[in-house]
Formats: sequence, C-alpha cells, structure tokens
Amino acid sequence: MQKKTAAIVGSGNIGTDLMFKLMRRSARVEPKYMIGIDPESDGLQRAARLGLTTSAGGVDWLLAQPEKPDFVFECTSAKAHAANAPRYEAAGIRAIDLTPAAVGPYLAPVVNIDSLSDVPNVNMITCAGQATTPIVAAVSSVVPVPYAEIVASIASKSAGPGTRANVDEFTDTTARSLEQLGGADRGKAIIIINPVEPPMIMRNTIYCMIPPEAAEQGPAQDSIASAIASAVSRIQDYVPGYELRVAPQFEAARPDWGGQGRVGVWVQVKGAADYLPEYAGNLDIITAAATRTADLLAEKMDSAVLTAATGN
Amino acid sequence: MSAPIDTAFDIRLTDTTLRDGSHAMRHQFTEDHVRGVVRALDDSRVEVIEVTHGDGLGGSSFNYGFSLTPELDLIRAAVDEAKQSKIAVLMLPGLATIHDLDQARDAGARVARIATHCTEADISIQHFEHARKIGMETVGFLMLSHRATPEELAAQGRIMADAGCECVYVVDSAGALILDGVSERVSALVQELGDDAQVGFHGHQNLSFGVANSVFAVRAGATQIDGTLVALGAGAGNAPTEVLAAAFDRLDVKTGVDIQGLMSAAEDVVKPFITRMPVMDRASIMQGYAGVYSSFLIHAEHAAERYGVPAYRILEEVGRAGYVGGQEDMIVDVAVQLAERGVTA
Repeated sequence: MQKKTAAIVGSGNIGTDLMFKLMRRSARVEPKYMIGIDPESDGLQRAARLGLTTSAGGVDWLLAQPEKPDFVFECTSAKAHAANAPRYEAAGIRAIDLTPAAVGPYLAPVVNIDSLSDVPNVNMITCAGQATTPIVAAVSSVVPVPYAEIVASIASKSAGPGTRANVDEFTDTTARSLEQLGGADRGKAIIIINPVEPPMIMRNTIYCMIPPEAAEQGPAQDSIASAIASAVSRIQDYVPGYELRVAPQFEAARPDWGGQGRVGVWVQVKGAADYLPEYAGNLDIITAAATRTADLLAEKMDSAVLTAATGN
Repeated sequence: MSAPIDTAFDIRLTDTTLRDGSHAMRHQFTEDHVRGVVRALDDSRVEVIEVTHGDGLGGSSFNYGFSLTPELDLIRAAVDEAKQSKIAVLMLPGLATIHDLDQARDAGARVARIATHCTEADISIQHFEHARKIGMETVGFLMLSHRATPEELAAQGRIMADAGCECVYVVDSAGALILDGVSERVSALVQELGDDAQVGFHGHQNLSFGVANSVFAVRAGATQIDGTLVALGAGAGNAPTEVLAAAFDRLDVKTGVDIQGLMSAAEDVVKPFITRMPVMDRASIMQGYAGVYSSFLIHAEHAAERYGVPAYRILEEVGRAGYVGGQEDMIVDVAVQLAERGVTA
C-alpha cells in the first residue's frame, strides 16, 4: 500500500526528532510537510534539506494546501493545539497530539491503542506519561493501585521552550494519565530538569501503592514483577533504549503509607539519537510512541479500506 | 520593576523552621507545633514565617515523605495564630502547580517563595506571574547556587525578576558555599537587579558556615536572610535564626526582631519537640563537601539501612552524579548500584 502522508506542526526538538523517526522507522507513514513559525529554525532548515515541503506560515498555510495530509502531528504547545484541533478535524485530518493539551483521549501504544482506532484526535500525554503509564497499568492489572506517583528527570538540554513554559500542564496531564490509563485511583507526577554535564539520560521512577500482601514475597508479588517485565519488553519493541535500572523494589506496608505497601520501578530511557544525542530519551519515547501510533492507525485504515473493497 | 519591600530595617529575617525544619521532622509537624512556633516568632516580630512541607506545596509524597498533617491545615493554623507576621509558602515548579498556590493563597498565605534549580529559572515564569496576579509578595529561590557561577546566577535572577520576582535568593541548598563564594554571587545579583528586586541568602550548616555566610551576604548587599530556630532543617540544619539575630545585632545590622524572644522560642518552644537534633556528622559534612542537596540526608540514611551501604558513600556518589533538588528517587538507584559493587564502608 502507498504510505500515508503526514504534516509535522512545530519545528522544535520534538518535531525535528519525530521527522527523523518517521523517515527512518515508519513503514506506513511519511512526513510530507513541516510547519514552524521561525524560518531560521534548525528544524525547518533540516526538513527542507531532506525534501519536505516547509513553511513558516503556521497552520493557515497547511490548511490552504491543495493536498491535505492524512495525519498531522502537533509538536507546538498545549495552547496552540487547543486552537488548532477543531480546524484539523474540520479538514478531515487525523491529529496525533504530542503536547499536553489532552483534546483527545490519552494514548500509550502498549496500553490502549486497540480501543482508539476511530477517534479523530489522540493525545500522546507527555514523555513521562509514555514512560510510566504502561508500568502503572501493568501493576494495576494484578492488584488495585490506590495511588501512583512518578518522578521524571530530564536533561536540561533536552527541555525546549515549550516544555519549560508549560511545566504545570506537563505534571497535570501526566498525573491524570496515571489514573485514566494507568488505572490508579489517584496519580501524582513530578518533573525535574537537571543541567549536569555530560547530560543525564532520561530517568523515570514509578511508585505504586499496593496491598500489604502483594508487597510480601508470594504469588501476587511474582505476578506484579512479571507484568512489569512484560510491559518493559513490549515498550522495547519501539523504544530499544527503555530498560529497568534495578529490579522492581517491593517495600512492606508502613503506617505512614496508610498501611499499604509499595513497589518502586526505576527506568532509564536512552534515546536512539535520531536528532538530539542519546541522553534525550524523553524526546525519543514520545516521538517513537507517536510513530508507532500512526503506523498502527494507518494499518487499521488500510485494512478497513481493504475490507470495504472486497466486501468482507 | 518592584519597590523595596520594607525599608524600616537594614535586613529582613525570614524564619523557615516550619518549612525547612519539616525535613528534619520527617514532615511530622502537628498543628500544635505550628501554633507554638508561629506565636513565638510573631511575638518576636519576625516579619515572615514560612510554613510548608519541606519540599514545598504538594511535597507530601512517596518520594519526599508524606505529611502527618495536610499542609493547608498547617498553613491555616499559622495564619490564624499570626497577629503581625506574614505567612509564606514554598513551591517548586515541576512538583507543585499554580492550583496549589491558589489554595495556599485562599488559606491565607501572603508570600510565595518559588524555587528552581539555579540554572532553570525559566520554568518558574508562569508561577511568578500568577503569584503577582493573585496579590502575593514573591521571592525566588535559586537552589544549589554553588553549581552556577556568579554571572550565570545573575542571568537567572534576571529571568525571575522580569517574571515578577521581588527578591532573588542565593540558596546554598548543599551548605557548600564558603564566604567569598557567597559574596561573589550576592554581588553579581545585586549588580544585575539594581532596584528591580532585592537579593536574599539562605544558608545551611553542613560545613558550619551558615551564619558567617549570611553575614558575608549582607555585606555584599543582601537584604533578606533565612534562618530556622535551633538550626532545625535539612542536612546539618540551617543558619539558626536566634544566632543570626544576635550576631547581626552585634554587627549593628538592624533586623527589628526581639533577640531574647527568639532565644526563648528556640530553647522553650522548638527544642522540646525536636526528634533529631541537627548535627554536622559524617553524612551531612559530605553533603557540604560533595555539594549534595541537604534534604537527601534522611533518605540516604533510610537507603543505607535497607541496602547495607553507608549513607556518606551514597551521598558522595549522588554528588558525583550531579543530581539536583527533587531527585530523591535516585538515592535508591545509587544505593543498589553501590551494594552490587560490594561497597559496605
């Protein structure tokens, strides 16, 4: 089948990394347009050199093109996507949103891609949401999780102006995704930006509150550990640099934890260095998730066409 | 941008026993503790009293430790008890949000102290703008200030001041700065900010320089200084408020506080409830020496016990890795790696 086409809106770190991901790793989607606001930006210049049609004319320019893309990847800001989303939908373009705008439902490919094949707009949460919701979902598939908390640490050099201006949106959106996708009753997210040189590789720590018996050695603990291991290996399918730093740490119930126990998971996300160096796993995990999502959606669109054409 | 906050005295002391001291108390403050301390500080004419979880609004968590009493209840109790003093709250963007700030304001807090790592001030812009919009006085905290040069620090202070910060603090979170290191940083900020914002200093005792550094800060132009009663705080504790008051009085720097009242507050109100006296021991000295965020101490001690690795070795490694405030989660990772390497002493 012919590849679907995509426009990338936003030519910063995320948009540029996504362009490379799609060009190098997508079987079904090719980037055709890159739209920014600064004609001098590194991202737009690289896109032009690589043969994409580029413009600094914003979304107005994109929607004026005679040939609309199948997908638009929003890599601007939450505020910009909130304004753009209705226009994409009116133009019949499916939106994959990499800002914390949360216009559409949250999506993490290993958690819920199957339930979202026919919505016009999906939200890729945040880099931390991609790195952590599958772990929380794994734990909550075994035992109830009354509370989940994550700490994401990213290198200062990998945090662009959009991330910096929107840390509240980042933590709020990530926390809600721990509840809606992760299955925790209550979620909390913390982000730390670290300027150390050489830059630190993206880290995520996931804490889940679990019943006291599950924190002790036994079948429940084993099931949690194997659910976590399975989630890790499914993420590694599209983010090879995603790995546990240490085995999950189970801690016995404590009074100051409301009599509950805890499992802690320490994850490192080494990027594929498609654009920024490998420390920027935070870019990698969200652009890789968006690429995987687009591929899976394109596959479903193609098979729907095929089904209609053959009458099956 | 903003007028000086108060010119009646040479400097303003802010007491943060009920915020930084929360670390040493493992966030187990009660409403009675808060009322007792606020009453004594208010009677001693301390103008600003900070009350929050040690890691600021929203700090109650697995990563930093859960609060015994919800912090909004503690803030409300402090506001209720204070007759003249203003109640301040700390917030770290990335941990707390504007929503938390609104709740603190509704509970009666009047000063927003907004903290970022010393090179990441631009993540606080939306919070300063909001704090000013809801009528709060603003203070900016450049944490782990030893990790930035004076010039870098001045540029970061400018970002905060332009966003609406009325006083930028050099925050020696690791207790790693020694004398001239403080003067140079404070001077650079004073020069950069001019009349746009004041400059403050927050000192720790890990290398025993908390009070001396505060004196150097004032001589370099700082006009707001932090302390805690009995030095209760993270690491080896803070510059003690009662000692700052006595020392500044002897140096003829006017603070407007009642020195005898503060000595009594320390001795009669705070000392009786302290569960762990601040001390310069091997682990906390290592924090000053290796430049480690002071609140990592108790978490490192906990990990030391669980994984059989000495706390000072964990902290040394944390310093080497360059972890910043808020990365308490890395302590377990470091401890496990050290244990796997067979480090036991």
